Amino acid sequence: MAETRWMTINMGPQHPATHGVLRLVLELDGEIIVKAIPHIGHLHRGVEKLAENRTYHQVIPLTDRLDYTNAMGNNLAYVLAVEKLLGIEVPKRAQYLRVMMAELQRIAAHLIWLGTHVLDIGATTPIFYTFREREEVLRIFEEVAGGRLTPTYLRIGGVAKDLPEGIEEKIRDFVKTFPQRINEYETLLTQNIIWLKRTKEVGIISKEDAINWGVTGPTLRGSGVKWDVRKAFPYSSYDEFEFDIPVGTVGDVYDRYMVRLREMEWSNSIVRQALDRLPKGPILSDDPRVVLPDKGMVLTDIASLIRQFKIVSEGFTPPKGEVYASVEAAKGELGFYIVSDGSNRPFRLRIRPPSFLNLGALPKMIEGSLIADVISTIGSIDIVLGEIDR
Amino acid sequence: MSEPHLAINKLKEKFPNSILEVETFRGEITAKVAKKDIYEICRFLYSDPELQYHMLTDLCGVDYFPETPRFEIVYLLHSFKLNHRLRLKVRVQEGESVSSVESIWKAANWLEREVYDLFGVPFENHPDLRRILLWDGYEGHPLRKDFPVEGPDFDKPYKPEV
Repeated sequence: MAETRWMTINMGPQHPATHGVLRLVLELDGEIIVKAIPHIGHLHRGVEKLAENRTYHQVIPLTDRLDYTNAMGNNLAYVLAVEKLLGIEVPKRAQYLRVMMAELQRIAAHLIWLGTHVLDIGATTPIFYTFREREEVLRIFEEVAGGRLTPTYLRIGGVAKDLPEGIEEKIRDFVKTFPQRINEYETLLTQNIIWLKRTKEVGIISKEDAINWGVTGPTLRGSGVKWDVRKAFPYSSYDEFEFDIPVGTVGDVYDRYMVRLREMEWSNSIVRQALDRLPKGPILSDDPRVVLPDKGMVLTDIASLIRQFKIVSEGFTPPKGEVYASVEAAKGELGFYIVSDGSNRPFRLRIRPPSFLNLGALPKMIEGSLIADVISTIGSIDIVLGEIDR
Repeated sequence: MSEPHLAINKLKEKFPNSILEVETFRGEITAKVAKKDIYEICRFLYSDPELQYHMLTDLCGVDYFPETPRFEIVYLLHSFKLNHRLRLKVRVQEGESVSSVESIWKAANWLEREVYDLFGVPFENHPDLRRILLWDGYEGHPLRKDFPVEGPDFDKPYKPEV
């Protein structure tokens, strides 16, 4: 009897279908995967360490660069944690603006996922459509915040500035046309026989396994767990919006695809609701410890000038304690755990990255399947290495 | 001060000597527990039919250098049944190890590897304890407080071996 050996192949870190610098070592028995070992860390920048040496305000731009497709959501998770630590209330208008931006960002993030995921599998057309709509969202961000990929729009206590003139019309136009766009994607994919063959019954993870592996977000919901941080622990007035949590049944690649498509529709609806009911009022809290004074006051009033100088140079000192705040980011539950020792810098800032735990379950999904299915499974869990490696 | 949570009452009943302190800050419950019992406590919280903490949301380390014991391992559990988050903390001396909870929650596999990588706290009975973010052979543990932000070698000239 001849000796049987497994073949080991190396996928990545430079591989177009790994969505970044992920390296997978695959052990193969013919075309079947016996063992898969992910290697991560190629993009490690030490964000948690850097944050320990910055004031609380200075950490906000770092969070943009975690999951760079979901910058607004990352900002939101961080400022929520700091606000919880300080115990400050955010004005309603700012909360609604945050929800609106976070949901537009979710749409943009899911559009990148859709375009690149189907491109991996071989459908070249949808990426041109999805990036067309994503561009509209980024143009809105550019007008609102000044930045496209890394807007750094949120501040501790509110948002950086109010909506510019005329932007509401543009957002309304987008919201009005977007459901039609989703139909366009669906005509290309949902009933497409090639798409079905590549995604149905592929990369399955059961409900129990998904929970045990710490999987969150659309990947968890694809397995049929109706759980969303926006519903379970509502933050930033999410309890005032009407939306549903779409779930799958089997937990395969196709279910995760359907969950994300339905999620985009609900996000679109939330943006419309926020726009319709946008309250008037201030966009920043009036807590003098944290919030910068009005620029006009700084130039005329010595007390405001001193306050501005103190907040910019020294920052503020929250009470001693520790908090955890999380949001439903595009990839799953993104949490920030802050330990404060009462100084002006976080003593420890821990980021709970959703993609990290979702990727941890990848071997569970692909072991025993064909090598061609690895590509569609990686695409379907929607990882961003900037967040995994931090 | 609200009534103590069901999970805390049950824990105190089951492990009277191992629950050292219970704190509530901003509505979050934290229980400091004895290191020797962390595995049993987690097993109990996972399997008790009234609690069902089926998800390990997060596991991370904190370095309180120069205090002793130096490290703290923080577990954040989530129960779908109660829709509740519970934080457990254990203190670890430098050089000591902690029981791995990987056999309860698979999620702990990578999270514990990360703590091992960045803090240098080893976990007993972990199936695959290797560095995860940094490369094998890296010296030092960057999230320790005595590790410089710039890295230990930032001002040393690089001389390739000829």
